[in-house]
Amino acid sequence: MTPTPDHKRLTLVVVGHGMVGHRFVQAAIERGLTETYDVIVVGEECRPAYDRVALTSFFEVGAEELSLLPGGAYDDPRVRLVTGTEVTGLDTETRTVLLADGEVLGFDELVLATGAAPFVPPIPGKDLPGCFVYRTIEDLEAIREAAAGATVGAVVGGGLLGLEAANALAQLGLETHVVEMAPRLMAVQVDDAGGAMLTRHIEKLGLTVHTGAATEAVLGESHVTGLALRDREPILAEVVVFSAGIRPRDGLARDAGLDLAERGGVLVDEQCRSSDPHVWAIGECAAPAGRTYGLVAPGYTMAEVVVDALLGGPGAFTGADMSTKLKLLGVDVASFGDAHGTTEGALELVFADAVAGHYKKLVVKENPDGDGTILLGGILVGDASAYGVLRPMVAADGTSGIELPPNPEDLILPASRGAVEIGLPDEAVVCSCNTVTKGEILARVSTDGAGDAEPCTDATCVTRCSGAGSTCGSCKPTVKKIVEDHFASVGKVVDRSLCEHFGLTRQEIFDVVAVHGYTRFDDVMEGHGTGRGCDICKPVVASVLASQLGGHVLSPAHRPLQDTNDAYLANIQKNGTYSVVPRIPGGEITPAKLIVIGEVARDFNLYTKITGGQRIDLFGARMEELPLIWRRLVDAGFESGHAYGKSLRTVKSCVGSTWCRYGVQDSTSLAIMLEERYRGLRSPHKLKGGVSGCARECAEARSKDFGVIATEKGWNLYVAGNGGAAPVHARLLAGDLDTQTLVSYLDRFLMYYIRTADRLQRTALWVDSLDGGLDRVRQVVVEDSLGLGSELEAAMDAHVDGYFDEWAATLEDPDKLARFVSFVNAPGTPDPHITFREERDQIAPADADGPVVLGATIAVGAPLGAVAGTR
Amino acid sequence: MTTTSQATSSDPTTYTVVCRLDQVEREGGVVALVGGAAVAVFRTYDDEVFALDNYDPFSRASVLARGIVGTRGDISFVASPMHKQAFDLRTGHCLDDAAVRVPAYDVQVTGDGQVLVGGVRSNS
Ligand SMILES: Cc1cc2nc3c(=O)[nH]c(=O)nc-3n(C[C@H](O)[C@H](O)[C@H](O)COP(=O)(O)OP(=O)(O)OC[C@H]3O[C@@H](n4cnc5c(N)ncnc54)[C@H](O)[C@@H]3O)c2cc1C
Repeated sequence: MTPTPDHKRLTLVVVGHGMVGHRFVQAAIERGLTETYDVIVVGEECRPAYDRVALTSFFEVGAEELSLLPGGAYDDPRVRLVTGTEVTGLDTETRTVLLADGEVLGFDELVLATGAAPFVPPIPGKDLPGCFVYRTIEDLEAIREAAAGATVGAVVGGGLLGLEAANALAQLGLETHVVEMAPRLMAVQVDDAGGAMLTRHIEKLGLTVHTGAATEAVLGESHVTGLALRDREPILAEVVVFSAGIRPRDGLARDAGLDLAERGGVLVDEQCRSSDPHVWAIGECAAPAGRTYGLVAPGYTMAEVVVDALLGGPGAFTGADMSTKLKLLGVDVASFGDAHGTTEGALELVFADAVAGHYKKLVVKENPDGDGTILLGGILVGDASAYGVLRPMVAADGTSGIELPPNPEDLILPASRGAVEIGLPDEAVVCSCNTVTKGEILARVSTDGAGDAEPCTDATCVTRCSGAGSTCGSCKPTVKKIVEDHFASVGKVVDRSLCEHFGLTRQEIFDVVAVHGYTRFDDVMEGHGTGRGCDICKPVVASVLASQLGGHVLSPAHRPLQDTNDAYLANIQKNGTYSVVPRIPGGEITPAKLIVIGEVARDFNLYTKITGGQRIDLFGARMEELPLIWRRLVDAGFESGHAYGKSLRTVKSCVGSTWCRYGVQDSTSLAIMLEERYRGLRSPHKLKGGVSGCARECAEARSKDFGVIATEKGWNLYVAGNGGAAPVHARLLAGDLDTQTLVSYLDRFLMYYIRTADRLQRTALWVDSLDGGLDRVRQVVVEDSLGLGSELEAAMDAHVDGYFDEWAATLEDPDKLARFVSFVNAPGTPDPHITFREERDQIAPADADGPVVLGATIAVGAPLGAVAGTR
Repeated sequence: MTTTSQATSSDPTTYTVVCRLDQVEREGGVVALVGGAAVAVFRTYDDEVFALDNYDPFSRASVLARGIVGTRGDISFVASPMHKQAFDLRTGHCLDDAAVRVPAYDVQVTGDGQVLVGGVRSNS
C-alpha cells in the first residue's frame, strides 16, 4: 500500500471517463482504494461513461440504455465526476493537470484513460460537411440526422468497425458502399479465402463492397458529393464515414515529455506505469510493451492491474486474447488465437462450402507433449457456432493446450452441429420459475450425473424430476432441445414422436395429412396412430388440419380436438370465466368502435385492460355470455382477435409517415394489411408481428416473430424474434424490399414455419433448430433454393381466400351455439363457482376454495355470491 | 391431497335425467346440475358415458367438462383444460398424481337415449 505517513488523504486524478476509466473507478471503490485516495474523474464527453462496444445499438435503444452509470454519480462520496470538461495540460513537475475551464487539479497519482480517436486519412475534402467518424453517441446522432436527408452513404475502411458502421448506414436506409484499401475485408482477422466469403455475405446484406480501392479525395464543394478512388470510377455519396483505424490519444503525455511507443500510445510497463512513476495509462491510450490494444477486455485488465499496483499488489499485464466475433446482423464471423498461422509448425485445416457460404479454418500444431494436435487459432465465416467451444480450447502460449480429438475437422464440419449448437453455458438458468440451470438438466439425463436416481430418458421426465418447465411452461422447448442435443451428442436415438398415440413428429404429421389429403382426425389416427388420442396430439392435428384446409375450428369433426381456448373461441381465466379480445388491426380504431367496446364492457360488467399488442381485453365473461357479447361486437363490425388461438395475434405499428415527422413509410397501413392477410392462420405457436415507420423502431418490431422496419427505399424484414421469458431480437432476413416482395417473403416464411416447426415451437427456436439456421431460412425464402416459393405463396393465398370470421360464423349456427351453456339441464342458472370481488372499481375473480353446491334454499337460477355486479 | 365428495345427491339410488345422449358430443363433455352439484358428463368414441365432479381440484375451478377426452393406454381420461392433469373417467383418479381424485358419479343411458346421473360412487 502507498504509504500515508501522516494519514493525509491523497488525490488520484483519472483523465477520461470512457469504458476503461469507469472500470478503473469501479474497481478502486470495490477494492478500497478510496479509503486512501480522493478520486477525481474528468471526462470530455457530455455524459458519463457508456457502453461503446454496443454503440451501434444506440439507434435502437437510445443513450440511456447504453449508460454504464445510469444514476450519473458513483455511490462513494470520495469520488467526484466531472463531465463535459477536457483536460488540456499535464505538468509532471508540479503534479498538476489543467482543465479546459481553467481549473487546476493537483494529484498524487494520475491515471490516463483517454482512449483513442478515429484516424482520418489526410486526403482533400476530409473536413467537408457530410464527413463523420464513428466513435461517440454524438457522432451517431449526427450521422442519423445526415442520413435522414440522404440516399447513399460510403464507409472508408472495411475492418470490424467499418463493417459495423456500414451496416448501421444501411439500417438507416442508405444505399451503402464499403471502401477498403486492402485486398479483402477484415484484413487483420481473416485470410483471403475467408475475406472473399465474407464479402459475399456482406453483399447479401445489400451493401456494395470495393476492396483494393484507395480513397484519394472526398468530392464536393460545400458538402460531400462522393469519393474519388484511385484508378476507379468515383462513388457518389452524401454521407461519408471514416473508419480507417484508430490512434491512441496520447497528446497530454507527449506534451508532458513522457515516453511514447514507436507507433503511438503511452509507453507503460507491465504494471501500466509510464516513464513518470506517478503517471499511469490504461485502455486504448496505453501501450504496454509498446503495443496498443483496440478492444475493451485488455483495457479492463489494465484497469484492474493499476488498482492492484496502487494497493501494493503484484498484478501485471502481459498481453491479451485478441479473439473477435463480428456483431453484424446475420453474418457470423469469428477469428481467434493465431488466425493467420504464424506460429512455427502451424498447420491449417480448411473447410469451405461455397453453397452454404461457410468458410472455416483451424490452425493447429502437433502437441509437443503428446501424440495429438493442439489448437492455435482459427477463422469462422458464415457459421461461427463452433466459436464458443473452440475459443476456450486455444493454447494461448502456442505450446500447452487441450489436446484436440483425433479428427479435429469434426469440430468445424456441419455434422458436428449437434454438439455445439446450444451455446448456453452450464450455469445459465433455463427455467426461471424453478431456478433450474442447463447444467442441472444435463445432470438429469447423464448416467453419472443423476446420482442414485435413474437418469431421465426424455424432456418430460426431466420436467417431472427437476421442475424445469413445470410452472409457466415457457422454457419447455428449450429443455427439450437441451435434452435432445445431449442424447444426439452421445449417439442415442432420440424419440421425437409426439405422444403415445403417434410415432411421428409434428412435421411428419403435417406431411402425411398433405400427402393423403386427410380431413379428419379419425383418418389420421386410423392410418398412423394407435388409441384415441390425447390433449397433445389432438390439438396438433386440429392445427394442421386448420392450416391446410381452413374451415371452422368448431365444426363437429374438429370441435373435440380443440384445446381449451379454441374450444370456446375465448381465453379461459383462472376462475373458469373467459376473456374476449376483438381484433383491432394495427392498433387503429375509430372512436365509434372504441365506444362500442366500452359499452359492451360496461353492460356485461367486464374487467377491461389494454394489451401489449395494441388492443383491448375484456375479462370475466361467463361462457354462456360469450355469444351475447360477440353478437354486440360483430354487429358493430368487430371480428375475432384470435387471442385464444395458436395463430396470428397482432401486427403492432407506429403511426408512421402519415403523422410522425420522422416516419419514412406508412407503417400503419402495412401493419393493417399484414394483420388482415394473416388473421386466422393456425400455426405451431402464436405469431406476432410489428411494423415500424423508421429506424427508431417505436413499434418494437424486432421483438416479434416477424418485424418490418421502414427504410428510405422500402422495408427491412426481420424474423424470428420474441419477447417473453427468453427474449430474442428478430434478425434481418432481407433488406430494402418493396411491399410486394415483402409480402411474398413473409408468405413463404410463415408457411415454411407452419410446415416444419415442432408443436409449441416459436419461430426463434424453430430457426435455431434448422440445420443451417437463419441461412437455411434465407435460402428457402429469399433464394428459393428448394423451388418451394410459389407453392408456399399459393398455400398462403388459399388461406387468405378461405378466411372468414369464426365468431360471426358461430353466431349463425345454432348447433355451435348450443354448447355455450352453463348447465345442459339448467341453461338459465349461472355457475355458482364463479364469483367476483371488486378491485379499483372493476371486477376481479374471488378465490374459490372448494366445489360449490347450490343449496336447497337458493332458487335455481338466482345468481349466487356475486359481490360485484349482478350477474 | 385427497378430495372427498361434498356433493351429495339426495339418494344414491335415484337417478336424474340430465340430457339426451346426442346432446353430448363424442369425446366431449357437458355440465349438468345434479342435486345442486356441477357434474361433468362425458361420452367416449364408443358411446360409453361417464360422470365426474366438474370441479378441478388443481385449478380450483369448475371446468373439467371442457377438457379434451382421450386415452392413455386403455384408460379413457379427460385432461383438465386448465393445466392438463389427466383424470380417469371411470374412477376420477388423477393419472398424474395418485393422491388426487375427483368424485365419480353413477350414470345410465336409457333405451330411448336419455342420460341419467345417479349418486357419487362410493369406491371404484
Ligand atoms: C462502434 C464500436 C464498436 C466496438 N466494438 C467492440 C467490440 O465488439 N469488442 C471490443 O472489445 N471492443 C470494441 N470496441 C472498442 C472499445 O469500445 C474500446 O476498446 C473501449 O471503449 C476502450 O475504452 P477506453 O476507456 O480506453 O476508451 P474510450 O471508451 O474511448 O474512453 C476514453 C474517454 O476519454 C475521453 N477523453 C479523451 N481525452 C480526454 C481529455 N484530454 N480530457 C478528458 N477526457 C478525455 C474521451 O472523450 C472518452 O470519453 C468498439 C468501438 C466502437 C467505436
